[in-house]
Amino acid sequence: MFSETIELRGHIIDSLILPKVLDEILSRGANFKMLEVKIGERRADQSFARIEVSAPSGDALSDLILRLRQHGAEVEEKGDAQLAVAPADGIFPADFFVTTNQQTFVRIGGEEYEVRPAMMDSGIAFERAKKTARTVRFADLRKGMEIVVGHQGVRVVPVQRVTERTDVFQFLNSMISAERPKGALIREIASEFEAARKTKQKVLVVAGASVIHTGAAEYLEQLINWGYINLLFAGNAMAVYDIESTLFGTALGVNLAHGALTDSGHENHMRAINVVRSAGSVAGLVKRGTLTRGIMHACVTRGVEFVLMGSIRDDGPLPEVITDSIEAQRIMREKIEGVTLALLLGTMLHSFAVANLLSASVKTLVVDINPSAVAKLTDQQTFQALGLVTDIEPFLRELVHCLHELRAK
Amino acid sequence: MRELLLCPPDHYAIEYEINPWMSRARGSEAALAKSQWQGLHKTLVSLGAKIELVPPQPKLPDMVFTANAGLTVGRKFIPSNFRHQERAGEAPYFARWMESHGYEVLWLPKNLYFEGEGDALFGGDALFCGYKFRSDIQSHRAVADMLGCLVISIELVDPRFYHLDTCFCPLPDGSAVWFPAAFDEYGQRAIRGHVAELIDVAEEEAKSFSCNAVVLERDIVLPEGAPNLVRSLEERGYRCHQLPMSEFLKAGGACKCLTMFLPQRESV
Repeated sequence: MFSETIELRGHIIDSLILPKVLDEILSRGANFKMLEVKIGERRADQSFARIEVSAPSGDALSDLILRLRQHGAEVEEKGDAQLAVAPADGIFPADFFVTTNQQTFVRIGGEEYEVRPAMMDSGIAFERAKKTARTVRFADLRKGMEIVVGHQGVRVVPVQRVTERTDVFQFLNSMISAERPKGALIREIASEFEAARKTKQKVLVVAGASVIHTGAAEYLEQLINWGYINLLFAGNAMAVYDIESTLFGTALGVNLAHGALTDSGHENHMRAINVVRSAGSVAGLVKRGTLTRGIMHACVTRGVEFVLMGSIRDDGPLPEVITDSIEAQRIMREKIEGVTLALLLGTMLHSFAVANLLSASVKTLVVDINPSAVAKLTDQQTFQALGLVTDIEPFLRELVHCLHELRAK
Repeated sequence: MRELLLCPPDHYAIEYEINPWMSRARGSEAALAKSQWQGLHKTLVSLGAKIELVPPQPKLPDMVFTANAGLTVGRKFIPSNFRHQERAGEAPYFARWMESHGYEVLWLPKNLYFEGEGDALFGGDALFCGYKFRSDIQSHRAVADMLGCLVISIELVDPRFYHLDTCFCPLPDGSAVWFPAAFDEYGQRAIRGHVAELIDVAEEEAKSFSCNAVVLERDIVLPEGAPNLVRSLEERGYRCHQLPMSEFLKAGGACKCLTMFLPQRESV
């Protein structure tokens, strides 16, 4: 949204200039926020209003402002954002502006530039030659980059909360505890997924190893095969257990069909890792015909991109796993661009890492059996986040069931 | 006794086009214009008004429309800042005349257009001000600051009724004559909220500039061509004096445009 702050003075209440201006703003598809109103006390006293006007495009805003000027609106002069040069690689200038995950604009040379992508805990680099403002993290910061410092000339636009119910994310913005019924909600979530698929939106799944442990892999595999998922982020463990379960029927040695430990089951995940490493990659294993089903198989055969990130406790890891965490973050940021719907399943730390990279406008669904993990994520993504405290398996089973019904219609 | 400022039509002619009524192809007849103006002068004198005359100036044909000279309240005179360059030359002559007659001249900032009594009419305790075609709404605020009164700003939406005094005429009993379609919805609501009773004028009669009337207590001097309005005014106890104004209508003016009150109000 592009915005300007206008001021109205005079007998704007008696003359109905204030309601006229507000109606004019709304009738042109723009929005306003009342920043300040002072109503004259006596009849001859003039009144004053300061109003932030925002419109979807710069042109729409200038047309509107032109019209509002006729009604006496004066546009508040705005200062430019201040820029300072990064003194060294990976070091921001003092007092650098720290971003939130909300849509942000910077004003430079009287023009507003949208900061892309909207990502929290970053600085803002302005490139004069390209006239672009982008979020930049420590790892990508190079000496000499021009960085926004202070708060002047920076405008943060919170995601608007809607009062009428439009979709399940905007309606809830909250956490659904284990004690609440979830059937109706999951049906609505299914509709969101169906709508996202039909409108070719980019859907991200972040999956923890618990997806496999709880026996939910077949449902996630189904979602991928049906084309609901476009991007998968996971750790080494999720991929390893998925392949182990496909090859040996166990996840970390536990038989998924019977829920019991199998003899020498502890070896299985190591054998699985070894098989993949010998094939060179997960895709190589699929090509050999050794891996014939499962989540990773579905990703390879359906062309769904996956990014596997390493951790200190990993065995192996699989050849695709990125063990440099800064590099992994960079790749995640790159891949996350364009995501509009994110499903975070049973992995607290990985979900935090992803949520830190998501813009506030991304619809985010967190499913975890741990209430504090869900609470922490929904608190952070307060605008369009929905959290469900539940086991992963029943959630995914129900989601697949609802989608199956939707697809049958 | 009310004092009025008029300007003889010695140099009056249609020499440019700055409103939809004006057409150089359809000029005014000087002799007829003169006799119509004299008719107005005579009528106003007969109603007991004291008439002051500002000397007309060559090349300033619209100086005859003294309502646009400015706004007078008590001994204060706020001269107009004309929107059109064609009329800007009138302002110093009016200001000089007012000054030499003992009025304190209070200029508005030069960047604010304001066309005097043409766009500023008292009704009750409020000063109704029109904006958009000629005056800027910003000038209303400055006038309110200078005078310390309530100003009701009204957007004019029909270019044929480019000044407030062409479509709105407050009466001494707190009512007003108006042509509602000259205002937008908000302006109409603002007027309704501040005027006890409104007498609607139909478009046909509004086009003959029947709202452009000089009101002297119970006497109303207006252009001919508004039989329905005259009937409703007479029913309310007003005496109507209908005058031929054809030559001034060609420039988008009539009785009120040819007259400025000295002062419009003694105080606010």
